[in-house]
Parts: sequence; C-alpha cells; structure tokens
Amino acid sequence: MKKRNLLKKGLVLGMSMMLLLGSVSGCGNKESKKDGDTVTLTNVSYDPTRELYEAYNKIFKEHYKETTGKSIEVTQSHGGSGSQARSVLEGNDADVVTLALAHDITLIEEAGMIEKDWIKEFEGNSSPYTSTIVFLVRKGNEKGIQDWDDLTKSGVNVITPDPKSSGGACWNFLAAWYYADKQYNGDETKMKEFVANLYKNVLVMDSGARGATTTFVENGQGDVLIAWENEALLTLKEYPDDYEMVTPSISIKAEPSVAIVDENADKNGTQEAAKEYLSYLYSDDAQKLIGENYYRPSNEEILKTFSDTFDLSVDLCTIDDFGGWDQAYKDFFADDAIFDEIYSK
Amino acid sequence: MSRKRKKGKRVIPGFGLTMGITVTLLSLLILIPLASVLAYSFRMSGTEFLELITRPNVVQAFMTSIGCAFVAAVVNCVFGLILAWVLVRYEFPGKRLMDGMIELPFALPTAVAGITLSRMYSDQGILGRLLSHMGIQASYSKVGLTIALVFIGIPFVVRALQPVLEKLPHTYEEASEMLGASRSYTFRRVILPELTPALLTGFGLALARGIGEYGSVIYISGNSEKEGTQVVSYIIMQKLNSGSVDYEGAAAIALVLLLISFLLLLFINIVQITAGRRTKQ
Repeated sequence: MKKRNLLKKGLVLGMSMMLLLGSVSGCGNKESKKDGDTVTLTNVSYDPTRELYEAYNKIFKEHYKETTGKSIEVTQSHGGSGSQARSVLEGNDADVVTLALAHDITLIEEAGMIEKDWIKEFEGNSSPYTSTIVFLVRKGNEKGIQDWDDLTKSGVNVITPDPKSSGGACWNFLAAWYYADKQYNGDETKMKEFVANLYKNVLVMDSGARGATTTFVENGQGDVLIAWENEALLTLKEYPDDYEMVTPSISIKAEPSVAIVDENADKNGTQEAAKEYLSYLYSDDAQKLIGENYYRPSNEEILKTFSDTFDLSVDLCTIDDFGGWDQAYKDFFADDAIFDEIYSK
Repeated sequence: MSRKRKKGKRVIPGFGLTMGITVTLLSLLILIPLASVLAYSFRMSGTEFLELITRPNVVQAFMTSIGCAFVAAVVNCVFGLILAWVLVRYEFPGKRLMDGMIELPFALPTAVAGITLSRMYSDQGILGRLLSHMGIQASYSKVGLTIALVFIGIPFVVRALQPVLEKLPHTYEEASEMLGASRSYTFRRVILPELTPALLTGFGLALARGIGEYGSVIYISGNSEKEGTQVVSYIIMQKLNSGSVDYEGAAAIALVLLLISFLLLLFINIVQITAGRRTKQ
C-alpha cells in the first residue's frame, strides 16, 4: 500500500513537471517567421528611436513591396540600450538590432550571435545616423550657459544621468572630458578638476536619459540638461516656449550602430530582408526622414540641407579618440576608474 | 484500510497532485532561479567577493536600503493600523471604495508610481512645495525614497491586520472598560497584544518589499552616491546596465541582499512566535 502510494506520488509529480516543461517549451516554439508572402522582422532598438522607426517602417514597407513584391511586417522593441542588448543575449528573437552604442552590439557579437566585423558591414561604422550632445536650458537662459565651462560655475545646477548605469550618460561625460582636453592641452590633473567641478554641480543623477529628461522637464529641476541633440529637439518641438537648445563649441559624435543578428536571422530565414532593412536606412528617402526626426543623416549632402536644424560648426570628437568603447569604459567608468575618482572627491 | 479511513479526513483529495505541483512550481519559480544567483556569485573568488561587497558605495547602499525600508515599515505599521481600524470598525459611505483603494499600489506599475511621486514631491510639485517651505526636500533625498517605500508597503500592513481586527470581539474592550481600565491601557494591554503577530507579519512583508524595491525608488531618490540615496537594487542594475555586463558582481550583491533579508525575516518570525505565545497565555 505504502509503496503504491509513493509510486503514485512520484508519477503525479513527474507528470506535473512534464506538463509545466511542455507548456514552457511550447512558448518558445514560435511559428515560422515567413508566412506565405509576408516576412516578419523584429527590430530591437533603444528608447529615443521610437518615433524614427515608426516613420521608417512605413516607407520601408512600401519600398520592400515595390522591389520584391512581398509584404513585410516590422515588430519594434524599445528600451534602455544596455538592457535591450541583454534581452537579445538572453533569447529575444531579434533579426536586427539598432542600439545606442557599438559597445552594446559588441556584447552580442562576443556571444557569437553576430558575425565579427559587423561594424564594417554598413557605411560609416554601421551608423546610418548620428547625434551629438547638447544643452537644453530654460527659456531666457538666465545663467548664460554657452559652453562646457559654464556648467562648472557655482550656482549652476546640472541634470545628467549616471554614467555608471546609462550608456547615454557616458557620451555626456566623454564630451566634457574632450572639451577639458582641448582647454588644458591634455593636462590630466586639470582635466580631472574640470569634470569634478562639473559633476559637483549635478543636482540629480537619474538612472537613464529618459529619467533625466523627466526630472528636468516635468519636475522642473536644474538649470541645464545635458542631452542628446535629437531628444533636445524633440522637447523643443513639444514645448517651444519653455526651453532653448545650446550647442557647445565642442561635443562628441554619438554613433548609434545597427547590425543583423546573424544567428536569429539565419534561423528565421530573414537574412536578406534584414540586410535590405538596414541598407535602406542609407537611401535618400530614409536619410531625409532621419533628419526630419532630428538625427543627423550620415549622408553629408542631405545633412547640409538640415543646417537650420543642426549646428554644423560644432567640433566633434568620436569614440575612437578614446581608443574605442572597451578602452573608454575601462579608463573612465569601471569601478575605481576616473569617474569614481572625480565623483567621490 | 485504516490508512484510508485516516485519509478520508481531508475534504479535498489529491494530496499527491497538489504537492507535486507545489514542489514543481517552487523549484521552477523560486529555488532554481535563486540557486543560479548563488552559482553566479560563486564564480568570483573570495577576495573579489569581499572587495566588492565592502566597497563604500555598496555598503552605503545597503545601509540606505535597510534603513529607509525600516523607517517606511514602521510608518506603515502606525498608519496601517489606523487605516485598518477605521475600515473594520466604522461604517461610513464610500467605505468599500476606500477599502479597494488600499490595493492600488499593488496594481500600479512601480515606475509610474515613482515618476508620479517624484513629480508631486519635487519642490515644484503640489505636495513638495509645501514641504520645501518647511525646509524639507522630499524628492531626490532619503525623505522621498522613504515616501515611495511607504506607498508600496502600506497594503501589506493593512491587509495583514484587517482579518484579525474583524475577529477581535468588541467584548474585550467592553470588559476592559468595565474593569476600570483607561482607554490607552485598553489599547496597550488588550488590543495591541492581539494584533502584534499580524502587525509583525505586515511589518516583515513591507520591510522585505522595501529592501528590494527598484521601480518606484529610482525616479524619486536621485540615485546620488554623495547623498547616499543609491539603493541596493540600483547598484545591481548598474552592474547589469553599464558597459561591461557584470553578472557575477550583480549576483554577489543580490546574494548578500537575500541573506540579509532572510535573517531579518527570520528574526521577525521568531519575535512573532514569542509574541503569539504571550497572547495565548
């Protein structure tokens, strides 16, 4: 009797286990992505590209239908760039990634899901659009903020996110660092002092760019928000009477990169469509759309037509001036690196 | 046969099935994920582990998380008791509605709560403006952080107390009054001991939730290392979000957090058992 009971218990346990496992694996088993003549692509992107890709997917659909005769559906996913990269690593079935930093794509590459040299697959370091770091100030610019050194003056309250948790905030830091480099001719002690003074003025350090914008715009904190140009222009469009944008003399060229996630695209049979999706970002129509959505088009000719929107005289450094992302991360943002040193002073 | 008769005591049959599901669910949802946290953190060497968890910012984050969660849980106990008392003991219009509102903090996405609270309590916000006149900065300080934790913790205390209060007969208070006890004596010596176990349950739940809270806190705390407003879950997210995804570091901090929470809850349970014994006597 006892034995039978145990057996029964074991059987029931096993069965319920199988049931659960079955239902879990069932979720992962999605239907083929090519359903007749409709191709489905998943584009995993970061937060501020929402509006851009909404518009781009529309024109790409038409283009794809015209050239191949097939219809295409693009599923978008947005979030913080770093966590989006992590979600792809952990099984998010992205065919293409369009993230804020090349570094985030490198993380996926290191896991073997993206072919090496992906950065050379498309023009301009696989960055069909770029942006830069600017200042957003309140209307009237009472504190007279024109350039980076104004942010270090006492009484100026700065809002910028934490570079240790936000990729975007790393750009902000590096742009300030590059300005100091030019100002003090590479005298590292003075440069550290400069950025230390700047970060002393930081009133609230949010975890990400969207949080910082909320703090500055909605909660009315601080005099100046260090922001991506496209975000600043979007805010201006929304609240034209409340803010002004100031482009500093020196800034950094942020290159959001795009890549095909080869492992997923091969599995889904979407390699060609994915390639077309990313290549078409370089077409004239798409480049114009990019400019209209406040990103700087990589096509110089088209960029010039947007000279009213963007200040093209700004001196831009790139991440290569810091020896690439991995090096920059190690030098500046790892535990006990320069950021920790200047911030805890 | 005798066994069978004994088993007949249970109204609902199927112990084997339900136990099987219990064990499976516990494993899939709690034990296996927690074991993986343990496994990840063991990839670090002992010295690396120690170095990481004794870093000033990590230690400070632990102090902030535990300190603020403790204060918030105490505040919740006081106000939770009042809320539960009013909702159980009195009849008034809109009582049902008010009762339902207690659970809103559970239903609202924590990020929404965090953004809303940070706006309300910033010095430009409706509530924060009043506080800033009194010289209190709410948003972007530990005060704001604690407010967010009070918000997410209040339902635990209220819901733990309500059923006990409902069962507590009025006769106790009446008898106490007849015997000449003052109001405060009645409350302290008659009512409170009856409620203590439930109050401690609510306290423990609110504390545990507060220590690990992320969503509602990060928008209101300002996450400043200098001001000491970084919480442990924020440090963990730093490890996961920043340039090099550091699973080991994140898991190590999470492990310490789990251990501390476990010890705190264990302590509360022990106190609860002793308190329960006292009331029974």
